[in-house]
Amino acid sequence: MIVVGIESTAHTFGVGVVEDKHPYILADKRVNYIPSRGGIHPREAALYFMDNAVNVLKEALLEARLSVKDVDGIAVALGPGLGPCLRVGATIARALATYFRKPLIPVNHAVAHIEIGKLLTGFKDPLIVYLSGGNTMILAFSDGRYRVFGETLDIALGNFMDTFVREVGLAPPYVVNGVHKLDMCADEGRNFINLPYVVKGQDVSFSGLLTAALKLFRGGVYDLRDICYSVREVAYTSIVEVSERGLAHTKKKELLVVGGVAASKVLRTKFEVLSALRGVKLGVVEPKYAVDNGVMIAWTGLLALKYGVTVEPERAYVRQRWRPDSVDIPWMS
Amino acid sequence: MDELELIASGAEANLYRGRFLGYDVVVKYRVSKPYRDVKLDLVVRRDRTLTEAKIMLLAMSLGVRVPTVLYVDLENSVIVMEYVEGMLLRDYIGLADEGVRRAYLELLGVYVGKLHKNDITHGDLTTSNVIVSSNGSLYMIDFGLAKISNDVEDKAVDIHLLMRSFESIHYSMSKELMTYFLRGYRSVLSPNEVNDILNTVKEIRLRGRYVEERRVRRV
Repeated sequence: MIVVGIESTAHTFGVGVVEDKHPYILADKRVNYIPSRGGIHPREAALYFMDNAVNVLKEALLEARLSVKDVDGIAVALGPGLGPCLRVGATIARALATYFRKPLIPVNHAVAHIEIGKLLTGFKDPLIVYLSGGNTMILAFSDGRYRVFGETLDIALGNFMDTFVREVGLAPPYVVNGVHKLDMCADEGRNFINLPYVVKGQDVSFSGLLTAALKLFRGGVYDLRDICYSVREVAYTSIVEVSERGLAHTKKKELLVVGGVAASKVLRTKFEVLSALRGVKLGVVEPKYAVDNGVMIAWTGLLALKYGVTVEPERAYVRQRWRPDSVDIPWMS
Repeated sequence: MDELELIASGAEANLYRGRFLGYDVVVKYRVSKPYRDVKLDLVVRRDRTLTEAKIMLLAMSLGVRVPTVLYVDLENSVIVMEYVEGMLLRDYIGLADEGVRRAYLELLGVYVGKLHKNDITHGDLTTSNVIVSSNGSLYMIDFGLAKISNDVEDKAVDIHLLMRSFESIHYSMSKELMTYFLRGYRSVLSPNEVNDILNTVKEIRLRGRYVEERRVRRV
């Protein structure tokens, strides 16, 4: 079985082609929209996707040495994400499915991050820490779905990091050579300054930390490098703490870190310490597949198609706030 | 205190069982976390130990059952408290029949109502932090994230956390459990207070990153 997957939830337009046997990944093509200033402007990103989508699709099929006629299904990330961006991928997927009479498979972007992580690490039933620009969630499979055990009550970790470095004048660009500007700045800090450390049960919250950190910066008393160090320490540690709570709570033996923010070395080290402490296996998805990509959508679409999960093109609405815990996962049951 | 036996290792503390001044006790030791900056680690452990001990005493004075606090050592983040023989409500819920379940959930509602009426929030309200003792009483534990606060938001977070613990662990009966809980909760607080809190719960849930209800149009 071969499935084409289309990702266009935020700043990446990607097309992946996968097969249900080794080496699984037949093609992986993507383009990234990089704003010249500020953050992602959804309309600008969508326009960029429209200009590039056909080429990316063609290149992916070329790499897989396939025509759309040869595949068994078209998978598309219908959410969660930015509306204008989602609609580009959805429109292309609906058109392909209709024209070539192929099943259209709706894929939840968060579930796709989890499934590609499991494929790459070989994990079966992990506690999942999903960290990206727009998402901060602790999930675990239970009774048919990935249940949310903890999440941010306001902004996501990646969003928090981006906003902080932008406001203090360190970004854009936010990431250079795979290293986030907050990590770069924090690596030079030495002294810890006390900042609000917010853990509410299994949940975290970053808005108070952001306000306090920016106030500290504008006060002009402290060295920015020490502020960066303290901000990072508080933010990362609170995530690791709620992960530990999730492990204690669910008793899972595997810990899987997925999403674009998983690339941070310091965060990874903290998770290594945690996994040694609790005697669990740690899997961190390699940066190439931790960030948004079409392969994860194709792979999850393939798993879903085997269980007959499809959608009529005219009903394939995009869902900007589609929660992963509302999606049935028949392949895990 | 002599022989201590490790009985549980939670996310932030180790629990030991022992004897102290002739009582059967639990020694709760907040362990240092190697993944935290040393300075931050000290602040977090000390703050939570102090908060927990203070609020447990307050809760007890309000008629909310908690293990009796016997000794606190702030420097080492240690609390010595009465040992309560029993089962976590989390594990008990599935075993109990409906009537018993209702009685316990209502009582939990009364406890939380009393705390909230007195501006105390638990901060980590889940069914894993409630013990059904062998003699049939209900005890609340784990007050490390508790707060003295008259902020509706903090009270609403308690309810939100409890609801999510129902939804993530006891999904098939989460509605039923919430109904029982609210019956007890409403018996302590005024209708206005409850409405304010429940509206804020709704708002917190809508604030979550991805919440379907907020979607206004289909495209």
